[in-house]
Amino acid sequence: MATVTLNNIRKNYGSLEVVKGVDLEIRDREFIVLVGPSGCGKTTLLRMIAGLETITSGDLAIDGKRVNDVQPDERGLAMVFQSYALYPHMSVADNMGFALRMAGVPKAERQSKVRDAARILQLEPYLDRRPGQLSGGQRQRVAIGRAIVRNPKVFLFDEPLSNLDAALRMQMRIELARLHHELDATMIYVTHDQVEAMTLADRIVVVNGGRIEQVGAPMEIYANPVSTFVAGFIGAPKMNLLAGKLQCTSDAAQAILEDGSAVTLPTRPGLANGDAITIGIRPEALRVTADGSLAGRVTVVEHLGGETLTHIELASGQLATVKTDERAPAKVGQTVRLGVDPRRLHLFGPDGRAVSRRSEALQPG
Amino acid sequence: MQRNASTDSIGPMISTRPLLAPSVILLLIWMIVPLALTLWFSMQRYSLLDASAGGFVGFRNYVFLFTDPNLFNALANTIFLVAGVLVASVVIGLACAVALDQQFPGRGIARLLCIAPFFVMPTVSALIWKNLLMHPVNGLFAYISRTLGLPVVDWFAQWPLFSVGVIVAWQWIPFATLILLTSLQSLDRDQVEAARMDGAKGLRLFRFITLPHLARSITIVVMIETIFLLSVFAEIFVTTAGGPGNASTTLPFLIYKVALLDYNVGWASAGGVIAIILANIVAYFLVRTISHNLDR
Repeated sequence: MATVTLNNIRKNYGSLEVVKGVDLEIRDREFIVLVGPSGCGKTTLLRMIAGLETITSGDLAIDGKRVNDVQPDERGLAMVFQSYALYPHMSVADNMGFALRMAGVPKAERQSKVRDAARILQLEPYLDRRPGQLSGGQRQRVAIGRAIVRNPKVFLFDEPLSNLDAALRMQMRIELARLHHELDATMIYVTHDQVEAMTLADRIVVVNGGRIEQVGAPMEIYANPVSTFVAGFIGAPKMNLLAGKLQCTSDAAQAILEDGSAVTLPTRPGLANGDAITIGIRPEALRVTADGSLAGRVTVVEHLGGETLTHIELASGQLATVKTDERAPAKVGQTVRLGVDPRRLHLFGPDGRAVSRRSEALQPG
Repeated sequence: MQRNASTDSIGPMISTRPLLAPSVILLLIWMIVPLALTLWFSMQRYSLLDASAGGFVGFRNYVFLFTDPNLFNALANTIFLVAGVLVASVVIGLACAVALDQQFPGRGIARLLCIAPFFVMPTVSALIWKNLLMHPVNGLFAYISRTLGLPVVDWFAQWPLFSVGVIVAWQWIPFATLILLTSLQSLDRDQVEAARMDGAKGLRLFRFITLPHLARSITIVVMIETIFLLSVFAEIFVTTAGGPGNASTTLPFLIYKVALLDYNVGWASAGGVIAIILANIVAYFLVRTISHNLDR
């Protein structure tokens, strides 16, 4: 059992408020990913959970016990740092066994625990080496091993994969997922990479400007982003966000974009006529068709092998991306029309919050 | 290791050694001429008081020196002084560095003051200590002792070598502080935090994380200070003049006494050769330790 509860957590540096009241309930054995742009407060949040930063106000509870004033090593947590933070003067085995040594665990027990962790991470041949003699991926594994050896209630990861190259990052991502399955532990993972968030998380916590923007399962967040921020942050390539004005008639609702083109909306949102709205369309929901409601010129075509991204400059000057499976639907310089599937349209009000699509389904007739 | 010029990245078949030659030759002459002269003089009967006496005497100057108890006294004093000051400057320097690494108001000024003694000339600092601090009548220490009703210590008479050591240490602690402070500042913050999460606090954090990180800088401090401490002279000259008796005479000071007070160049040169040999023995061990430490 290891739950972590954050209750109205705040962090101030002088008069600057970095974390502005965060409430979060992390369940036992859950893989939680905190994701957000740099400087959004996600790392500060993690460091407060770890005990490396003091909590200005609010309550942090682990397993229901308030731990605001408990020392970091007594909270039953282990942290993997972005820089790995291995001790360069110790061998891999000593690095991994350091916490146990500090806790006064006898040498024989220490060694057997280090060996167990090394076996899980395939580090056995390197136990006598120094961190300086290891590759980036191996160092990363040692850092994880150092956490495993402590048998913590909660694992904390601070952007652990950001120093690895792309291929290794993918491999470590899979390894982390396997590890979570094997260790059956609660994990809190901070990243700015939405791919890591989507692939690893049981639940994603999107953080923006010191506040939680949205909490939910990856596909739930992908399908129903609550704001333009979440919509733009989750999903690659980014969701196309086009600004416009709402125009309601008796039987239909339309978004009039800046260039005057009209996009039919699936529902009539509970907003006034003429309100500023933003429509969001995932690149895979946009199609190049002759009878599309949007027009634009193809500026760049990116072939990624399995998929193709076509970047189109709309008449209003806004950029839109279309994702297709195969060949590019158009050539660079060509003018094309884009069709939108109304059912896959996201609608955001003047405040950037999503307008519920279920609330006011348009009645035919 | 012999390296083939053609495999060097510098260029095809160009030997760069002749280009180094001018500076190497200059340095070689600079080193070899005084050395050869010293070796030559050390085998001469050469006294400035007696121009008629002269000529080659072989190793008789060395025999004379090695049968002179003064030499071993001077060697022992040199070793005590160097070792004592090294220990003091590393230990106190470490304490100062740790203190100056903390956040406190006026830290900039404290750092400046802590480093300042290094910039005072040895003669001047020795005079300050001799006349303002350690003087048995006018000194600050004597004043404090008298105020407290304690017996007044005549430092240079009762603890001559120790007193010289205090002055030299006062000058060299700032150097150790400076090097160790910069090294402390380069300690990875994440490493300290990882250690905190691993349960290392206070002294244990220092013992297991900070001290190993500082090992290299401590070696460098020891090496550089040893080079300079082996030739400490001004502080002794100004304060005790090697006395009382020979109580604070080190090897460099002995050589000075023999050469310029006894006017015996032959004996002094033999002493100089012994000093060179001593320095080389120390250098051998130091270079070995350091290359081992720097390899990590």
